Amino acid sequence: MELFVTTLTIFVLAIFIGFEVITKVPPTLHTPLMSGSNAISGITLVGAVLSAGTQHTTLTTVLGFLAVVFATINVVGGFLVTHRMLGMFKRK
Amino acid sequence: MPTAVINFAYLLASALFIFALKGMSHPRSAVRGNFLGALGMFIAVLVTVLDRRIVSYEIILAGLVAGAGVGALLAVKIQMTAMPQMVALLNGFGGAASALVAGAALAETIHMGGPFDLQLTIATALSGLIGGVTFLGSLIAFGKLQELITSAAVVFPGRHAVNALFLLANVALCVMVVMQPEQLLWYWLLLAASCVLGVLATIGIGGADMPVVISLLNSYSGLAACATGFVLQNNMLIIAGSLVGASGIILTQIMCKAMNRSLANVLFGGFGAQAAVKGDDIYKGKVKAASPEEIAMLLENAQRVAFVPGYGMAVSQAQHAVRALAQMLEERGAEVIFAIHPVAGRMPGHMNVLLAEADVPYEQMKELDEANRLFPQTDVSIILGANDVVNPLARTDPKSPIAGMPILDADRSRTVVVIKRSLSPGFAGIPNPLFAADNTLMFFSDGQKAVNDIISALKEA
Repeated sequence: MELFVTTLTIFVLAIFIGFEVITKVPPTLHTPLMSGSNAISGITLVGAVLSAGTQHTTLTTVLGFLAVVFATINVVGGFLVTHRMLGMFKRK
Repeated sequence: MPTAVINFAYLLASALFIFALKGMSHPRSAVRGNFLGALGMFIAVLVTVLDRRIVSYEIILAGLVAGAGVGALLAVKIQMTAMPQMVALLNGFGGAASALVAGAALAETIHMGGPFDLQLTIATALSGLIGGVTFLGSLIAFGKLQELITSAAVVFPGRHAVNALFLLANVALCVMVVMQPEQLLWYWLLLAASCVLGVLATIGIGGADMPVVISLLNSYSGLAACATGFVLQNNMLIIAGSLVGASGIILTQIMCKAMNRSLANVLFGGFGAQAAVKGDDIYKGKVKAASPEEIAMLLENAQRVAFVPGYGMAVSQAQHAVRALAQMLEERGAEVIFAIHPVAGRMPGHMNVLLAEADVPYEQMKELDEANRLFPQTDVSIILGANDVVNPLARTDPKSPIAGMPILDADRSRTVVVIKRSLSPGFAGIPNPLFAADNTLMFFSDGQKAVNDIISALKEA
């Protein structure tokens, strides 16, 4: 229970930071914000790598492998396409 | 590698993610921000791969290579007009990955014979629920945007009852996962039910409401990662997930506010499925059609010209032609602005990306409030593929379905030129009195062709 409260604290504080930071993003950058934040949500890749690599059972390995593929598409595709888009935003 | 070092690296990665989002506060710092985010991800994955619990690398490597290949291919090949589909697809994959990881963690705990503490089981159930909804919900959104399935709202009799039933089933299955975590079957049933819920939740939402749906799914994909963080007791996942969750929620709020509709109305209202109202009495005898030559003559003497782009610009791929026209006008000494409504297009910021692709400098892209200050001193406003977001009924008719929606006051500029194929209504299904206004000229044509015709007329003049 104590551990849970600590984790919950981190969760709530992170949400606050998220709100503070995101409200400062101008509408012009909302699409790159979505694709970029999307890439960050691919962080679940870390869990996927552990499931795929620890090989407890065939099932966990298969699930881990699929999760690694999905999350990596998310991460690599997300960061790259964001980079591509941001490169187009130029000043006069 | 000792656990403390790994956790320290995770802390570093979390900080880098925050810097990444902070960088997005300006186009100048955004590229570096995105790079920092990618660096954080690289560090996080690297230290995880070096974890001593990992016994084999082949499968990880295979997954990484396959995923990176597909991801890179998508990122390089995708057209800017198709960006909403791309983001929808990536959202879906993120949600699926989170649900699969939670499932694997549960299977692993079962294999080890427990312990099943409440945090693990509740978080696993939530990962499955949110992950499944995100996965299939995003695939449906992708299908609608790519027009593989109809982009209109699909409504059927009793759909609210069916939705409620599936929501209940999902909650019940969540409870079963928590009560009997050693039965993996409950988790698979939950995943299946949540996928169906994802379909039901998105299928009833029409095309022009997609900005809200994509924002919401974006938020879900973050929350799914968050729940998986609770499953694995991993603080970095929780931090990264909540940042994304917060981002999606804020965007959802902005989109709803820009349409003056509640989230519930967007999700359950079936907007865009109603029959269109005929506008014959409004348009009859009042609509003036203009030729490219007449429009070119107007533009020749204009001091300030505003372009109001909408989804139609994306459909006819007119952004490059628009940029060419804008440049011509600037060379003749006019000031050019682009007035962009928050919900123009199919996702937040869709128009901005298209214009940026066509080399329109970001200083020229004006938000709603700023644009509305400029319209009264604008000589010509060119509406290209936008409709409901410039409909004055939002200000004047309290009974209109778009009543109270903040619109771009293009009608307040001296002359309005509307480029449109016909007088057909927009997403809201209502006529637009702007088309019949005294200061409005209609140019009935495809967007890209129309702009090119104006360019040639301007060259000859």
